[in-house]
Amino acid sequence: MLKVENLHAVVDGKEILKGLSLEVPAGEVHAIMGPNGAGKSTLSYVLTGRAGYEVTEGSATLDGEDLLALAPDERAARGVFLSFQYPLEIPGVPALTFIRTALNAQRRARGEAEMGAPEFLKLARARAADLKIDFDMLKRALNVGFSGGEKKRMEILQMAMLSPRFLILDETDSGLDIDALRIVSDGVNALRAPDRAMLVITHYQRLLDYIKPDRVHVLAGGRIVASGGPELAHELERGGYERYEAAA
Amino acid sequence: MSIATAIRDRDVAELPSRRDEAWRWTDLRGLIRKLPPPSERFAGELDAGAFDALAADRRVVINGRGADPIEIARGSTAVVAVRFVSRGAGAHIARLTVEVGADAKLQLLETYESDGAALSEAAITITLGKGASVERVVLAQDDAEAVSVSQARVTLAARARFSQTVVASGARRQRLETQVTHPGAGAELRLDGIYLLADKRHSDQTTVVTHAGTDGVTAQLAKGVVRDQARGVFQGRIVVAEGADRTDARMGHHALILSDRAEVDAKPELEIYADDVACAHGNTVGALDEDALFYARQRGMGEPEARALLTEAFIGEVVDRIGHEGAREVVRAWAAGRLRG
Repeated sequence: MLKVENLHAVVDGKEILKGLSLEVPAGEVHAIMGPNGAGKSTLSYVLTGRAGYEVTEGSATLDGEDLLALAPDERAARGVFLSFQYPLEIPGVPALTFIRTALNAQRRARGEAEMGAPEFLKLARARAADLKIDFDMLKRALNVGFSGGEKKRMEILQMAMLSPRFLILDETDSGLDIDALRIVSDGVNALRAPDRAMLVITHYQRLLDYIKPDRVHVLAGGRIVASGGPELAHELERGGYERYEAAA
Repeated sequence: MSIATAIRDRDVAELPSRRDEAWRWTDLRGLIRKLPPPSERFAGELDAGAFDALAADRRVVINGRGADPIEIARGSTAVVAVRFVSRGAGAHIARLTVEVGADAKLQLLETYESDGAALSEAAITITLGKGASVERVVLAQDDAEAVSVSQARVTLAARARFSQTVVASGARRQRLETQVTHPGAGAELRLDGIYLLADKRHSDQTTVVTHAGTDGVTAQLAKGVVRDQARGVFQGRIVVAEGADRTDARMGHHALILSDRAEVDAKPELEIYADDVACAHGNTVGALDEDALFYARQRGMGEPEARALLTEAFIGEVVDRIGHEGAREVVRAWAAGRLRG
């Protein structure tokens, strides 16, 4: 599925990723943990193609295809989805319009037929109900005036609607209370499948009690400095990142 | 200085120039070397107008001819579509008077349609009686070579309500001016504008509102999108005269500039001579939000589609304020067509 090798990336003239390597096979959930400033969000933006995140060395492929050569929307059409740490507010665009435009753009890019309004609305109603989102909220401008928790739920709703193959969750637990965390985690877990993979980026171990990872990687100083099973997350919770930061 | 005199006497010295403060960004004197001859009568066929399907009372003013007065009797309701059509490369003036009786209601759907390098002026006088209500929607779809000027003078009696949305795509020079006076107490005004400009088009939306009575309300929202080498001009002036107490006036102008060579000149002005008033204005000119653009592209929208969606949403806030539902959808579709090129 995802294969990242020796990735170096520069932001504002400063090297943030310094030879990061990572493999996430289909069907698995990997967590990336690390201290603030380690390069966690940079990794998510490099993989999705945000402007200003310049790759100077290394590669990133999805099922053997060079991701770095593709535009952000082309990566999305290949199934790459990023749940943003800080979802953007889109004034004037109802959530339903935004999601349907995105969904049909992806379908066109893949040579599939567009989804008609009745089918789309039926799907949106069902997914919103799963995430306990009031359907009327989807008629409002996307994320405008929404609380932090509501915005995160809207991210997961979009994920469920777009049905991506490779999911990146960037600090999805931030801003969530315990009930919202459970709803969001259930939404994410429902998407686990043999042909999908996920990268869960988080500072705290808490989220990983709900979304159980197959592997945990420690990102410090722009590289993966340690990898292990789920127990590594608990170790980090106890011992902190200090010794990894020293090693990096 | 008057365009009408310039056209009548074929005297360019009468045209407004950059030396006239109110015309500094729309200099006609510097543009027009020689006044064209008077426009001839037009006898050809016209296509349907943008608002034809929405009004039973339809009027066409071609090359300055046929501007019969519009009178709406006290207490009655009407929807009137007026097309100001210019054909050929001559010069002409149209004068239209609109009188709306007390407690009458008028929806005036107006279009400017030039085809060629005409120089045209439309001078419109709108008078609202007590408690009357007028919504005016103006769709100015001029020719790239035209010089098109529209000047409306609106007077509101007590408790009258006037709402306006001027939508424009520019011309070689285009000026859509509205002057509103509230002499009566408790008058309400909404004064909106949209300009979507491409190529080398120019559009000037100038408004002057004078509150002379007490308890008047003015809400103004203008938004523009300019690309290529286009130039948008917004001049909004609100005067609150002495004694016009408890006036509530709000003005907003926001523009998106989508290319390095496009330009927006804005001059919002509040002149307040009364006490106890609530007045505010906001003005922003900038580019499309790159973060929002990336967000939309991450969800799968191609760059042109993401840009179009975000710009339509930007303009949509003004479109949504149009009261006449049919006109609102005509404007929405027209704007989408311009923005999606």
